[in-house]
Amino acid sequence: MSSLTNLTLKAALDGLKAKSFSSEEITKAHIDAIEKANPSLNAYVLPTFEHALNMARASDARLARGEGGELEGAPLGVKDLFCTEGHRTTAGSKILGDFVPQYESTVSANLWRDGAVMLGKLNMDEFAMGSSNETSAWGPVVNPWRSKASNAELTPGGSSGGSASAVAADLCLGATASDTGGSIRQPAAFTGTVGIKPTYGRCSRWGIVAFASSLDQAGPIAKTVEDAAILLKSMSGYDPKDSTSLNVDLPDFPSFVGKSVKGLRIGVPKEYRVDGMPAEIETLWRQGIEWMRAAGCEIVDISLPHTKYALPCYYVVAPAEASSNLARYDGMRYGLRADGKSLTELYENTRAEGFGNEVKRRVLIGTYVLSAGYYDAYYVRALKVRRRIAEDFEKVWGKVDAILTPSTPSAAFALGDKRVDPVTMYLNDVFTVTANLTGMPGISVPAGLDANGLPLGLQLIGKPLDEGTIFSLAGALEDAAGFRAKAEKWWA
Amino acid sequence: MTADLAESKLIQGRTGAWEIVIGLEVHAQVASKSKLFSGAAVGFGAGPNEQVSLVDAAMPGMLPVLNRYCVEQAVKTGLGLRAEINRTSRFARKNYFYPDLPQGYQISQFDQPVVGEGVVEVERDDGSSFEVRIERLHLEQDAGKLIHDLSPSESYVDLNRAGTALMEIVSRPDMRSSDEAVAYFKKLRTILIYLGTCDGDMEKGNMRADVNVSVRKPGEGLGTRCEIKNVNSFRFMQQAIEYEARRQIEILEDGGKIDQETRLFDPNKVETRSMRSKEEAHDYRYFPDPDLLPLVIEEAWIEDIRRSLPELPDDKRKRFMSEYGLSAYDAGILIAEQARADYFEAAAKGRDAKLVANWVTNALLANLAKDGHDIEASPLKPEAINELVGLIEDGSISSKIAKEVFDRMWAGEGSPKAIVDKHGLVQVNDTGAIEKAIDEIMVANPDKVEAVKDKPQAMGWFVGQVMKATGGKANPAAVNDLLKSKLGV
Repeated sequence: MSSLTNLTLKAALDGLKAKSFSSEEITKAHIDAIEKANPSLNAYVLPTFEHALNMARASDARLARGEGGELEGAPLGVKDLFCTEGHRTTAGSKILGDFVPQYESTVSANLWRDGAVMLGKLNMDEFAMGSSNETSAWGPVVNPWRSKASNAELTPGGSSGGSASAVAADLCLGATASDTGGSIRQPAAFTGTVGIKPTYGRCSRWGIVAFASSLDQAGPIAKTVEDAAILLKSMSGYDPKDSTSLNVDLPDFPSFVGKSVKGLRIGVPKEYRVDGMPAEIETLWRQGIEWMRAAGCEIVDISLPHTKYALPCYYVVAPAEASSNLARYDGMRYGLRADGKSLTELYENTRAEGFGNEVKRRVLIGTYVLSAGYYDAYYVRALKVRRRIAEDFEKVWGKVDAILTPSTPSAAFALGDKRVDPVTMYLNDVFTVTANLTGMPGISVPAGLDANGLPLGLQLIGKPLDEGTIFSLAGALEDAAGFRAKAEKWWA
Repeated sequence: MTADLAESKLIQGRTGAWEIVIGLEVHAQVASKSKLFSGAAVGFGAGPNEQVSLVDAAMPGMLPVLNRYCVEQAVKTGLGLRAEINRTSRFARKNYFYPDLPQGYQISQFDQPVVGEGVVEVERDDGSSFEVRIERLHLEQDAGKLIHDLSPSESYVDLNRAGTALMEIVSRPDMRSSDEAVAYFKKLRTILIYLGTCDGDMEKGNMRADVNVSVRKPGEGLGTRCEIKNVNSFRFMQQAIEYEARRQIEILEDGGKIDQETRLFDPNKVETRSMRSKEEAHDYRYFPDPDLLPLVIEEAWIEDIRRSLPELPDDKRKRFMSEYGLSAYDAGILIAEQARADYFEAAAKGRDAKLVANWVTNALLANLAKDGHDIEASPLKPEAINELVGLIEDGSISSKIAKEVFDRMWAGEGSPKAIVDKHGLVQVNDTGAIEKAIDEIMVANPDKVEAVKDKPQAMGWFVGQVMKATGGKANPAAVNDLLKSKLGV
């Protein structure tokens, strides 16, 4: 049965529709795979196997009647940031304790509406704050990929490390993820998977535990560009419960994959080179440019001069919003409560015990930058920089249809490598944060392997609401790169 | 304003006269069926935590969605305060921890409120008026309620009120006495009730004020102010300001200085007490709420709302004075409540409006107050007053008899006509009958007839005798005329 887990989502949906196999069969195959792999990879923090089998059987009944939605019977994983009705949701934090939501996030509800099956909840950095999955209260996720040079456990990236690892290791056909500064695209790049952060407002944030409201956006991690398009189509859509949700037409994303990209203009920003970036990434980027040219694209050199301020800007705005968003975890109504002799002590003990170090660091930074006397110098200034960055992009959109960059400045690194130095860790987001700050869509596509046999990704950034073009270009890139490598199943 | 009036507001201290400077921040609960950012019901009297949505309880992943109706009420109020409506405003988060604040922040408006500067004209009891400038009106969420007296060791939280829409209406420091502050607060309440944007129920806490008080020597710059929190009655406001002004004057006259602080009014001890000093004040870390888009209000919507405005108290007062010829004082009493004004207008149909106004503002209001009725629940309908005044106008009864008729009406004896008929109270207009009575009295009292020639004021005695002889039913004007001619005075 293990071959069923190797299928792409698209192939699995075709097989289900053709009744080549049942949802129960493919769901069981994934459950087996998870049981074997999870002790090594730690991708799932809450398997919901019984629930999955019930959903699968219900899907099979619908399929037997010739009914069923666009994801009917497909087993998926859900990042633990998404509230799932009746299933514990922790956002990777101790402070939520055994919190079981009485509601389903809009994005996951959309998947179930279309017939998908939930295998379980996926590990992640605490409150989505991290780039290596090491801030999770549930312990780090392990990347299924290993370096040829050593057997050291590698990070799958973060914060959607569980999602990326599970998809890369065939522990689900696809997974939900979220991206505040690169949390979909960086782990996708580190695991040889495809991850797209759509336009801000494309997916509802309702029912997703908030990190930084103006930057958070849900998206899928998938095995192929087409799979990502199928998942995003289901996850997206206007939701009146989220005031920042966009009430716009929802394009048929999968139909864009495979479309000709001839004549599209690809911008290559000169600022997307950072000190210490491995030559292999530079080489891959140049290779990507050649592939796009070969596919009929026009390559345009562009400048995005404020790029260098994006990371500092992000690390003011995101913690500021987070410091306020996380105030509700006060030990009063749900989750962890650590008692104290006074109200203040109760707050202090609860939050000291409940939050990990990275979350505390960001709450402190955020509180600081919003404080009287610092607000203008940090927060207001960051908002101005954010505007400048957006203007950079607005200027180039007249000249180009999309922008090609590396996804990350390095391949997956060993767990523990960067834990000591948060600033080095923050550099992981250097190519991805601009899309969050400006609300533009960005996709990471696996494009090659480095000398140690580890996957590397290239990123395409598109105009707001123009995911269609990105899907076409990402499909072309995927074809050209011909990336077929899979992690060796060392855990089985 | 005359110099006398201005000086009468000053208070004397040991070192001379002091002026009080007062500004009010009024919190008025929006009269809305649901909360500002959630669909949960708003209402008084529900069981604890029965009106709480997932958003109000700040469950993870919940998001606020602005209630359009509440915005409409704020705009309506802004128009009623003759204020500028800001086409673009923003919601901001005010961050602090407290168990009655589930989100850990209150969604409020900070540097971009929905309503900007306006003005309220306030009448004093003596009929003069003054203006209070409005600095701003913004929308914000109310907090929940902590209950400390159910258990010796625990406190309980009721979130029913959490998330309810409040309008905070901030005045400039334009009031100079506790009387002026109370008059402004009353006027504001009247306007809100007219507009229907707040029910003005102070007992339920639906309208309350933070009172900023400072004192200074006349002509000097503003002194350091103290803020008295959550004052929820006119009387407490009066007492709190008077106590606080005295307290500040004493400190200053003793050579001390005022600490800027937040104080609480204790109605039992009739004093204000320090709650927290400026140093202890929270740093609220206001910033724009990223869950909400800027609030953009279309001009066309503002115009729609403007067209839906009811007649406001000031306009009504002016109309009552011009249309009905009422005095400013009577008009002021009648417009103080919309229902009262409506009552008056119904009662005045086709009648001498001044006479109707007298009956409403005197006999009716006094009886209502005595029996504890609102005018909406008045046992006497406007039609009854209209009929009563009609009887006076056509000379059927005198004003004096009318009072008796009114008392019988109040006692439930029926319509004015029925009472007049039943008790034979119709006024005697028959001059023959009155002449006959006068002649009899003159014959019986020749000495008094003589005396009145030197002392015309003594005619009153004859009037009394005639009225007595006719059972009070004689038309007083006719009695006077006939007496004058017969007595030759």
